[in-house]
Amino acid sequence: MTVDTVSHAAQTPDEPQPWAELGLREDEYARIREILGRRPTTAELAMYSVMWSEHCSYKSSKVHLRTFGDLPRSEALLVGMGENAGVVDVGDGYAVTFKVESHNHPSYIEPYQGAATGVGGIVRDILTMGARPVAVMDSLRFGRADAPDTARVLPGVVAGVGGYGNCLGLPNIGGELLFDDCYAGNPLVNALCVGVMRHEDVRLAKAEGVGNKVVLFGARTGGDGIGGVSVLASETFDAAGPAKRPAVQVGDPFTEKLLIEACLEIFAADLVTGIQDLGGAGLSCATSELAAAGSGGMHVDLDTVPLRDSTLTAAEILMSESQERMCAIVEPAKVEQFLAVCAKWDVLATVIGEVTDGTRLTVDWHGEQIVDVPPRTVALDGPVYHRPMARPADLDALQAAVPPVESTDLRADWLAVVGSPDGADKSWVTEQYDRYVQGNTVLAQPEDAGVVRIDEDTHRGIALALDGNARFARLDPYTGAQLNLSEAYRNVAVSGAVPLAVTNCLNFGSPEEPEVMWQFAEAVRGLADGCRALGLPVTGGNVSLYNQTGDVPINPTPVIGVLGVHDDVRTRVSGGWKTAGETLVLLGETRPEFGGSAWASVVHGHLGGLPPQLDLDAERALGELLADLAADELVSSAHDLSDGGLAQALSESALRYGVGATVSVRGDATAALFSESVARAVVTTSDPATVLAAARGRGVPATELGTTGGDALVVEGLVELPLAELRTTWSTTLPALFDTPEATVGAVPTGAVPTS
Amino acid sequence: MRIGVITFPGSLDDVDAARAVRLAGAEPVALWHADDDLAGVEAVVLPGGFSYGDYLRAGAIAARAPMMRTVVDRARQGLPVLGICNGFQVLCEAGLLPGALTRNSHLHFRNRDQGLLVERADTAWTSSYEQGQTIVVPVKNGEGRYVGSDADLDALEGEGRVVVRYVGGNPNGSSRDIAGVTSADGRVVGLMPHPEHAVEDLTGPSVDGLGFFTSVLQGVLSA
Repeated sequence: MTVDTVSHAAQTPDEPQPWAELGLREDEYARIREILGRRPTTAELAMYSVMWSEHCSYKSSKVHLRTFGDLPRSEALLVGMGENAGVVDVGDGYAVTFKVESHNHPSYIEPYQGAATGVGGIVRDILTMGARPVAVMDSLRFGRADAPDTARVLPGVVAGVGGYGNCLGLPNIGGELLFDDCYAGNPLVNALCVGVMRHEDVRLAKAEGVGNKVVLFGARTGGDGIGGVSVLASETFDAAGPAKRPAVQVGDPFTEKLLIEACLEIFAADLVTGIQDLGGAGLSCATSELAAAGSGGMHVDLDTVPLRDSTLTAAEILMSESQERMCAIVEPAKVEQFLAVCAKWDVLATVIGEVTDGTRLTVDWHGEQIVDVPPRTVALDGPVYHRPMARPADLDALQAAVPPVESTDLRADWLAVVGSPDGADKSWVTEQYDRYVQGNTVLAQPEDAGVVRIDEDTHRGIALALDGNARFARLDPYTGAQLNLSEAYRNVAVSGAVPLAVTNCLNFGSPEEPEVMWQFAEAVRGLADGCRALGLPVTGGNVSLYNQTGDVPINPTPVIGVLGVHDDVRTRVSGGWKTAGETLVLLGETRPEFGGSAWASVVHGHLGGLPPQLDLDAERALGELLADLAADELVSSAHDLSDGGLAQALSESALRYGVGATVSVRGDATAALFSESVARAVVTTSDPATVLAAARGRGVPATELGTTGGDALVVEGLVELPLAELRTTWSTTLPALFDTPEATVGAVPTGAVPTS
Repeated sequence: MRIGVITFPGSLDDVDAARAVRLAGAEPVALWHADDDLAGVEAVVLPGGFSYGDYLRAGAIAARAPMMRTVVDRARQGLPVLGICNGFQVLCEAGLLPGALTRNSHLHFRNRDQGLLVERADTAWTSSYEQGQTIVVPVKNGEGRYVGSDADLDALEGEGRVVVRYVGGNPNGSSRDIAGVTSADGRVVGLMPHPEHAVEDLTGPSVDGLGFFTSVLQGVLSA
């Protein structure tokens, strides 16, 4: 087969090219020809197709995401959107970088590898910023829990998240697990990673300095994941379609662990001028982004790329999404030392090119030039669409369908909510994750927020929460996105941390559907308005579109992450009641709000009406109060009220350490127990008078609920639930759904195992 | 006292083990798998993790590292060696401890706070405990099911070489609830649970794990 060189392309303008098969539109293909002044070579076409995919170019979402850039400048933000991940100042010279990314489509096709490489990818993004990754989180959505396909997808995804993160030595400190029919053909796997560095250690992805070397290091390049971003991430699943397994990457966490250690040693010795990880779109992305962000010129000799499969074509090498690879820009004098560090960690490293003067990215293959492009046109100047938008036709009817407001059997409803797959104990999942490694995990699941110590001497730490209620967003995406921000903010505040910055992973259906595009635009507008109201910057984010099966989009699922800071993690507040005889105080105001609630969904199978009323002022006041209470060590536990309302919060708090409570509620019992009004938390204290006074000082309504103790949860005159019964209901749901029979321990014959 | 912590490619809990050594009052010394010099340390910890990605068999490749040849030689002369989780797997693969660790019976990685019964309080690594004491430390593994033939396990129990046993539930299907064993001379101890994750109130379920590290310190000081 002859190589399609640049000169050949110039001479054969009419040669037909498979632009449609690569996911490009006719006008996009025409624009590539216009940019180049000729038809693209096969390799160039491959590069443009992956880089102009929805996944890499954000072509449908870009016009909306610009809103985040209009937020007031935050002094905490050291590096904003546009880099691999935003960087935030958390004090004492420390900087934190964090980001969530989706790996939804690969995880549906190949649950274990899809989820595993999702973790691997986000960890490399964090590493690329110069940070040591210190923790991961995962936000997961599956179809109905008892659907047969959920039993295929969920165990693999959980094992993949665990398998990769555990092997990397990153504690998993929290996340979400929720079920809904809308995810039956399109689960969501959103992974977060957070990393820590000193301010001066921040690294950026740019290629500068003519003559500097381009070094590819990490795993060899193979045929896995070719076209993953253009084919998988931008296509909906069709039952009759061909198997897409080869487009899913295969992960090797051991190689990534070595890559992390090698990178950190390389950073410490100051051996790179720029660095970029290879994720979606592989070398195409890394080379074009590095060059585009730098002076613009780069030359790569593709024959030098170490391959796992020698039959790969040049285009395949440029598109491959083989995992565990990084690309660095290294001064010639430092190359030897760079390679030595890689060799120490058994990491393969190869000089594949250099930074050139000029503004072209050129690639040679078998001695001939196969790519000659302006890198900006590949990496930055992709198409931008103003997609048509339309408010969903069914939204008025949906909002008019108000939910029931009265429970006919509080006890049965309570058990139904707590025992539902969404409300149930998540230990079946979280026990598969290492929460202890690195020895700095202060709080992890089932706590409202994960908390990690970042300095053993000063006790400085960070808190993180991820929340993405899609029922609220379905009923009203503008408010729903803000409610998710509100909840994540609250979860961080409950631990005693001061919220500092926001990230997001926006999971939506096809942008080509005007109704989906409207939902997306509304959610982005909501999130921006919410961040403005709370005074928090958006540090970056990720957009995942085309989440639908056939014509049915998923419920809009904006997953929002909030990062907070603890000046001293020793004053963190955890959930769960440890002692009897303490006073329970409910903070915040409860209104009868059931639209999109867990109670309406679980008990009545109902989704309609309006979500709870947003009140970010109340949320901020509650957050400030919780920080005060933590700093003054006035509360022994705190738990936010969200899905499932007070009933869920009391259950989780009691079951944690097996301490019950007797409480009394005023007013409407259904609202008291199951409403999902915002800006509420329940705390325990041995000094209720001071807590109530502090609440008054912050303008937060506070009510004494009752007292901890006993082996039941008693709501006087309404419900009595022995903890044993509650625990059985709560803890057996997921094992009953997903446990497989234990392997029998067979007899081991003598001599089969070494003895000494 | 200087205690070495060996880092293999894929070791994860080496930082944690070093912290535990420090909190116990000793000086941690980082040892590299490819070296063969123990740098004058008086005891060695093999930390948890996934050395070589658990490829081939957990601990099998690390057991053949240059540093391990030195550790095996010195352990046979009485050097105290503690293997935690992957470190226990390495010790079994290196022939310093009997038995083998296989895939958990339920086939999942499992991380939980685990009760352990201390059955031997006279080894180099458990003298800070009372015999019969129950402690709580985290367990986290995917291949932690301790197995051996009945005859070998009978012999092991007959010699009193089970150091810690799971109580309040067996997290991985280990034979006879065995969580950790020792060499005949009580100098080498391996266990699947992670005492180095239970050394601070802030980050652990207890501080029960510190005893492993103070034990070896006391042993050397009193020797």
